[in-house]
Amino acid sequence: MLLVTCPYCGPRPEIEFRQAGEAHIARPAITCSDDEWADFLYMRDNHKGYMRERWRHVAGCGRFFNVVRHTVTDKFVASYKVGEEKPAIPAEAAAGPRVEIVR
Amino acid sequence: MSETATRLSAFAGLTLPAVRNRLSVTVAPDAIRYSLRGSPAAAAALGAVFGPVPSTTACRATSAGDRAALWLGPDEWYLLAPDGDAAALAASLSAAIDEPHALVDISHRNVGLILKGPRAADVLNGACPLDLSETAFPVGMSTRTLYAKAEIILWRTGLDTFRVEFWRSFAGYIVGLIAENAREHAV
Repeated sequence: MLLVTCPYCGPRPEIEFRQAGEAHIARPAITCSDDEWADFLYMRDNHKGYMRERWRHVAGCGRFFNVVRHTVTDKFVASYKVGEEKPAIPAEAAAGPRVEIVR
Repeated sequence: MSETATRLSAFAGLTLPAVRNRLSVTVAPDAIRYSLRGSPAAAAALGAVFGPVPSTTACRATSAGDRAALWLGPDEWYLLAPDGDAAALAASLSAAIDEPHALVDISHRNVGLILKGPRAADVLNGACPLDLSETAFPVGMSTRTLYAKAEIILWRTGLDTFRVEFWRSFAGYIVGLIAENAREHAV
């Protein structure tokens, strides 16, 4: 069973968690354009490789937190609380080729 | 027509499983249950009146006498007290807290089971994914987790004793699964 480390509860089985999309999406100012607002609402990166993601320990402490996860190998390299300093993302060479998505 | 509501047990009509010398399952007595949301300071203020001071260490329960406070999240605790006047107790507890908080009476939403015996951890592990060994889940540890598809609160009150709290509508599902998981320990 894959163990996910919750920054509050420690390592716990994956079944207790829900993935909640890309992390660090900042809400734009209320005066932003429609395009900026649509970008905020709908546009997300989806590349192969390490991504910063929001996860929620839904069947545990219930808290949202952030992880660095590889989207191909499912390797979790870091988990950190919302508001904490972002940990470094490992070198891509260790994780295989990365495909850039051009919008 | 009677004007008083009758309290019906969520376990009426259900057969609680038992394995001789290995597992006993009993219904926890009716209790006052609260969900407390607030800062650790609010929890500490409540603890001064309630009895056990809610733990700020993750996944730990504190108890004093027959009252207990179970850590569920960094700003969430589950409070247990003997059955009585839930509204009056809530009012006295809330009065002790100056900070913003939410103290919600969920006495009738949740029910509890007590699993006791050397096979209790094994039977729980039949549908709960946590490591329930003594080192990973010591006495006094409590957490919200899953029993198959049902959300439960699991509290280890003794080396071979667990208290399981869950929504009353899950009673049939959980009792049925415990019985199923206990079958292999009956031979």
